[in-house]
Amino acid sequence: MRSFVPAYEMRTPATLAETLAALAREPGVWRPFAGGTDLMVLLEGGKLAHRRYLNIWKLPELRGIDVADDSVTLGALATYNEIQNHAVLAAEFPLLCRAAAETGSVATQNRGTLGGNIANASPAADSPPALVVYDASLELVSAAGSRWLAYDGFHTGYKQMLLRSDELIARIRLPRDKKNWIQHYAKVGTRRAQAISKVCLASAALIDANSIRDIRIAFGSVAPTVVRAKAAEAALRGKPFAPGSIAAARAALERDIAPIDDIRSTARYRLRVAQNLLVEFLKSISA
Amino acid sequence: MPSPKPKLVGSSVPRKEGREKVTGRARYTDDLTFPGMLHGVTVRSEVPRGIIRKIEFGPGIPWDEFTVVTARDIPGENCVLLIERDQPLLADGAVNHPEEAIVLLAHADPYLLEEARRAVRVEIEPLPPIFTLEDSLARKEIIWGADNVFKSFAVNKGDAGAAFARADCIVVEGEYRTGAQEQLYIEPQAMLSIANPHNGVTVWGSMQCPYYVHKALVAIFGLPADKIRIVQAETGGGFGGKEEYPSMIAGHAALLAWKSGRPVKIVYDRAEDMAATTKRHPSRTRHRTAVTRDGKLVAMDIDFALDGGAYATLSSVVLSRGTIHAAGPYYCPNVRIRSRVVATNAPPHGAFRGFGAPQSIFALELHMDRVAHAIGLSPEEFRRRNFIKASETTATGQVIHEAVDMNRLLDRALRESDYAAKREQFARDNPGARVKRGIGFASFFHGAGFTGSGETYLASVVEAEATADGRVRIMTANTEMGQGANTVFAQIAADALGLGYDQIEIAQPDTASVPNSGPTVASRTSMVVGKLVEAAALGLKHELTSAGLLAAGDDSAENFARAARFYTDTRGPLRARSQYHAPPGLHWDDATYSGDAYGAFAWAVYVAEVTVDTATFETHVDDFVAVQEVGKVIHPVLAAGQIEGGIAQGIGFALTENVVWHEGRMANGQMTNYIMPTSADLPRIRVFFEENPYAFGPGGAKGIGELPIDGPAPAILNAIENATGLSIREIPATPERLMEAFDEAAAAQAAAPEPARPRA
Amino acid sequence: MRRPPRKRPRPNPRGRVPDAAAKIEIACTVNGSPRRFHAWPMERLLDALRRELTLTGTKEGCGEGECGACSVLLDGSLVNSCLVPAAQAAGCEIRTIEGIANSADQLTAVQEAFLACGGAQCGICTPGMILAAHALLEKHPQPSDAEIRAGLSGNLCRCTGYTKLFESVVRACQSASAVL
Repeated sequence: MRSFVPAYEMRTPATLAETLAALAREPGVWRPFAGGTDLMVLLEGGKLAHRRYLNIWKLPELRGIDVADDSVTLGALATYNEIQNHAVLAAEFPLLCRAAAETGSVATQNRGTLGGNIANASPAADSPPALVVYDASLELVSAAGSRWLAYDGFHTGYKQMLLRSDELIARIRLPRDKKNWIQHYAKVGTRRAQAISKVCLASAALIDANSIRDIRIAFGSVAPTVVRAKAAEAALRGKPFAPGSIAAARAALERDIAPIDDIRSTARYRLRVAQNLLVEFLKSISA
Repeated sequence: MPSPKPKLVGSSVPRKEGREKVTGRARYTDDLTFPGMLHGVTVRSEVPRGIIRKIEFGPGIPWDEFTVVTARDIPGENCVLLIERDQPLLADGAVNHPEEAIVLLAHADPYLLEEARRAVRVEIEPLPPIFTLEDSLARKEIIWGADNVFKSFAVNKGDAGAAFARADCIVVEGEYRTGAQEQLYIEPQAMLSIANPHNGVTVWGSMQCPYYVHKALVAIFGLPADKIRIVQAETGGGFGGKEEYPSMIAGHAALLAWKSGRPVKIVYDRAEDMAATTKRHPSRTRHRTAVTRDGKLVAMDIDFALDGGAYATLSSVVLSRGTIHAAGPYYCPNVRIRSRVVATNAPPHGAFRGFGAPQSIFALELHMDRVAHAIGLSPEEFRRRNFIKASETTATGQVIHEAVDMNRLLDRALRESDYAAKREQFARDNPGARVKRGIGFASFFHGAGFTGSGETYLASVVEAEATADGRVRIMTANTEMGQGANTVFAQIAADALGLGYDQIEIAQPDTASVPNSGPTVASRTSMVVGKLVEAAALGLKHELTSAGLLAAGDDSAENFARAARFYTDTRGPLRARSQYHAPPGLHWDDATYSGDAYGAFAWAVYVAEVTVDTATFETHVDDFVAVQEVGKVIHPVLAAGQIEGGIAQGIGFALTENVVWHEGRMANGQMTNYIMPTSADLPRIRVFFEENPYAFGPGGAKGIGELPIDGPAPAILNAIENATGLSIREIPATPERLMEAFDEAAAAQAAAPEPARPRA
Repeated sequence: MRRPPRKRPRPNPRGRVPDAAAKIEIACTVNGSPRRFHAWPMERLLDALRRELTLTGTKEGCGEGECGACSVLLDGSLVNSCLVPAAQAAGCEIRTIEGIANSADQLTAVQEAFLACGGAQCGICTPGMILAAHALLEKHPQPSDAEIRAGLSGNLCRCTGYTKLFESVVRACQSASAVL
């Protein structure tokens, strides 16, 4: 344990309102703490600079998964375990369920939350590419009210996001509009379980007999934030199934992503595998 | 006439300390506390090589509450005694590797202690460091001794020079490399000590070799042997990583205890353990092999080099074992081996299961497939034409007396793995497939016990004592660390005495009360020490028989108890002692490095079946067959457990366990980033034993602890080549490495296209 | 003689060490019994169990939530106790290896199976592994090979190579009493 644990404070507000009041009263002083699976690792490593936390783990307003006709809305505290076991999510949002199953281990999935994962903003997180593909939106709440933002674009840079210091992520909404899309998730990690991703692809395509009518492609671990591969999408949207469009998408992907060398892998590997994963998906839907 | 008692040796009795382990009652070092205990931490060098100019204790810490120890506080010799005397316990004036220990601190509050560690600033004037084997061999800087070489060996059998000159041979060359590997025992290094000038020094801790620690602490404190007491606590894995390193951390805990007058416990966190302690020696092996066109080995010339890190520690012995195993289980009339281990400015590399053999066997078994391909033979046929047989000699000139039958092991391994059919099927299915499949094997051996005259030098002693109620205590210094030593000793003793398993007690290894039966290393515990346990147990019976209290051949437990009670009532303690004597006929010559290297070899053929995903370059092992001849299986479940565990470590060695080095320091020292296999990464490992009793092992047993880690890496890499046509010669064979190899092969093909040759 | 827990830490005159917040009292249920202990709010539950409650059966292997040696059941769910701050354990039901069986001299089917099949070698991963096996069998009483693999994949074992851990789980399901 590399941190001076006695210097860390955690309070447990009884309600969401109490939490938001504390965030508003002392901006930047308190930060929310959900399942702790990211923050406690930083604490162990002596790398948790911020020391005052509000325990939001049991706040009922942030829990639950609501199903409406046109959307599913998850509370920010929905755990990876709850996500995997939800019938509608399993049926209609398999990419998110796959991401949940790939995140950490059973023990991590019991404590890790979707909201916490978004706020932690790791470029290698497994869920963000799925959220991008699903055109997710986030509800951010504060003592001053609430606002909805598109998830795509929420992360503006490495560990930077459009979240004010008095705000909490409250809910994540997924429109139920991709039931007929072919959905595909592929994560290449350092091993088959408990693996940090080297490359992570989430994709969904709406096709007809001859062409790709619409497509979403999102990658993790190949840029400072999750990336929606817009150039690759543009090379495919409305295009016929043909080796030419696949090759064009492969080439375009190089403009969308910016992988790096790090202790887990290399930029060259990440680029190649990102391209290969995309091509394999495209080949599978062309067949 | 009562029917003979069923033997326990050969059956899977319950693990001696199993119940404690499954209930969480087993007490490991960090579970132990003493009143008034302090915690200890180590301040380490951040520089790979340099001169210590200043040590500053920063502001804001109540330093008067702390115990501070530097080299100046060492009462005896500032040295971690092992083979050489080059490694200081605490750096004094100079540092030679990142993470070298400089200052020790103790305090009751572990959190404040960590703050204090951060507040110590050591100013070091850097000196030019060496980080690679090549730079060390080239003597870019001299960082150790006169020429950076800790040790070198030369093996000369026949006349390799003349043999290479023959016109009727094909010569095949190859270079192979292995990286460092972290032992990654799940329980980090930990020691707890009480020490003072009046009573001496006591240390409890996680360790494999109490008497190694004892010897080191005698020198550190300058105290007589009976003033140092080392006790092994329940140990959560060792694999060699707790062979020599414990002397360092024990010395540290004891110094803090000595100076503070309080019990002191040092427990490393995972990051410190990974960065600061020993790893497997990285290796580079160059093979040059001459074979006749019909596939007979004529000459082998092997250059075997190891990176030893900053201090000598056990490098000479690792080099020795790697050298002796380098030419494998084959008959070759002319063998020349030149081996060296050299210094670099990294934390010293040390013991890890296999101890040099995984490195040299990796190179050999890849090279044998390469040679086979060069002369158009299948890998298995090439081996068949060269497997060593009884009455033939190894590379060191050791005559194999036992009825070794490698062909039989190969037959069985190929049959159990469905090798032939799979090779055919994969050859048909692979072209054009995204996921390619392959199957490959490695054939190898592993010598058990200390090399050459090592066991004679150790002169191990075991004692046994009978209690008045007819139970027997076995006293050895050999440590249970999961491999089942306690259980195996109890089986052996029970059979020797005719007693029940529960009547045998294995004493905790405590240098105050057990004799020095040698370290728990080198696959020697069951074979060498187990035999001494048997002898000591029989010695108790012999004593009773000599006293006329027990008829010879009487194996009734009741009669033994009665006789033991009578003996202890009338004569005093009933004890027996056994000491190692080399089996007759073993001769080893250190000067020429030739002769009988080991009393016994275990023999094996391992087969790996893999898939290689050509989109992601990931390799997965789908099936693994392990066939080995081990003399006699003492405990089927424990023996299989050893093989399965060793294979898992070998698979990690082959594919994922990559140490990332930044200027001599391990940069990926977290379990998140140093990748060992999870349950999702491994197939069910299928283990098959053959028996061919070794006369001098208990029940006929040979040592098996290290054998299983020798085979997986070459079997897997040979399988990868079968799947992809790629000859990867460096491990770990990470996806990034495979991608580079694919690209190189594609570029070479584009530059000089030739028709693709089907692999045998 | 135990000193009562200090309510306010001694202030550090030089200010280099950050000022400490106060310890808090945590009330929870541990292995079926109500317990109260004092801990720093963000002290790891692992340390609170081992130090304050002297339940040393739960082990530290990595401190980063990778090895699972620290696994406990928190409100019935498997968690890595090295990743749970003590403050979040308030009001919870915690079960550790010490409380997994019905009494101190009994063993669960999983524990018996580990003994019979060689599931424990060095034993350091064993408490966490047994808890993970319990959690797995609670969810999948007759798990497939894939489900066993996934259920145990958060618990690292360096000794066994996992083969005998699978066998132990399979044996535990087959056990006639199947008392978890």
